[in-house]
Amino acid sequence: MNSIVRFCNVTKTFGKLVVLDSVNLDIAEGEKVAVIGASGSGKSTLLRTLMTLETVNGGEIEVEGEPLWHMRRNDKVVSADEAHLRRMRTKIGMVFQQFNLFPHMTALRNVYDPVMTVLGIGKEKAIERAVELLTMVGLEDKLNAFPAQLSGGQQQRVAIARALAMRPRIMLFDEITSALDPELVGEVLNVIRKLAHEHDLTMIIVTHEMRFAREIADRVVFLDGGRIAEQGEPSQLFENPLNERTRVFLRSVLEAR
Amino acid sequence: MPFDWDFAKSILPRLAEASIITVQATVCAFAVAAVLGLMLAIGRRSQYREIRFPIIGFVEVIRSTPLLIQLYFLFFVLPHVGVTLPPFTSGVIGLGLHYSTYTSEVYRAGIESVPKGQWEAALALNYSRYHMFRRVILPQAIPPVIPALGNYLISMFKDTPLLAAITVMELMHTANVIASERFLYVEPMTLVGLIFLGVSVISVFFLRYLERRLAR
Repeated sequence: MNSIVRFCNVTKTFGKLVVLDSVNLDIAEGEKVAVIGASGSGKSTLLRTLMTLETVNGGEIEVEGEPLWHMRRNDKVVSADEAHLRRMRTKIGMVFQQFNLFPHMTALRNVYDPVMTVLGIGKEKAIERAVELLTMVGLEDKLNAFPAQLSGGQQQRVAIARALAMRPRIMLFDEITSALDPELVGEVLNVIRKLAHEHDLTMIIVTHEMRFAREIADRVVFLDGGRIAEQGEPSQLFENPLNERTRVFLRSVLEAR
Repeated sequence: MPFDWDFAKSILPRLAEASIITVQATVCAFAVAAVLGLMLAIGRRSQYREIRFPIIGFVEVIRSTPLLIQLYFLFFVLPHVGVTLPPFTSGVIGLGLHYSTYTSEVYRAGIESVPKGQWEAALALNYSRYHMFRRVILPQAIPPVIPALGNYLISMFKDTPLLAAITVMELMHTANVIASERFLYVEPMTLVGLIFLGVSVISVFFLRYLERRLAR
């Protein structure tokens, strides 16, 4: 298996609280992985350490075989500097629960500004790419709207287009439908469904939508107390969970529906 | 108290001329305070303590000493170490430096009011630190604090008479010169007071207008 992301014994603590406890996880190129678990189980933190929004306290994450938090300098392994992190981040994109669109920019500008500013692509080309992606998420008629003028679902679709415009190899989705009104969840999930057909895009999806996870994921990872309690193919994990904790969790979320 | 209208009229041109100096000094010093204050506010957030600590020290020292003493230092003490600056320049630097420590706090409040998610999105999109501030944070941080900055502009304007102490021929200094020529204080001081009042009131109205526009 050709892994694009490897979590090797990753540990993350906030004070005394252990959020990730020696997590080992290999993700293959193009794989769609759904991460499920109760709140506080470390799902989001897992994504955030990969996006370099949180440092790790132990272990290492490898992206395309290269360590994320360390680098070589004069034949010695040292902590990654900002230049190294910036180079690694080009491979990764993230969509947040709260959208985090830039409120002072139009939808179009939200998508093309990072392309232009960060990737150094000319304005015309950047706009072209932005229009293409906003069309793909069905917002071609909202190019000049500001985030405040858009619904949550529309904002989240802009955020997806914005992350994709940077052409990452790995996309991270952090509970992207949790802040949405129920009737707006579908339009966002449809965009993700469309994306899932792209074979070389690796996707890690933290979600509470169990049906969606089952439908879209190649593999489901169940996190419990900062550890991977169980993982497997969706049909196996949802129908025949081996772990008692998984069973309890699934029963509780399915009953809540 | 007799008020000599003819005398008042006769000194008005000189005072008008001096008020131009006052306004110039205010505007130049505000430019210094606005730019330097922003740099201090951003520098204070640096990950390097070699940058952070000197800035915190600078801000505390400047804020804890009177502007008048700082002006004296710039104009009367610096020449002893070989740095001689013209009065106007000393005044602009002194006033600007002094107020930059206040504006830096204003900017800091603005920067801290930008939600964490904005920083995270900018980081995830791989903006450099410079572009993160330039494109994402400052456009959100500065508009809400413009009224507060404007209040400091008015305070600076009202502090310009201190520049008289270092021989800048601004409004107060000119009024003092006129007064001492004939020992007539009523007219020059009244006019100076009215000029300050007039400019301040106009500025306040302008600020309120700006505030209303930004609130939209």
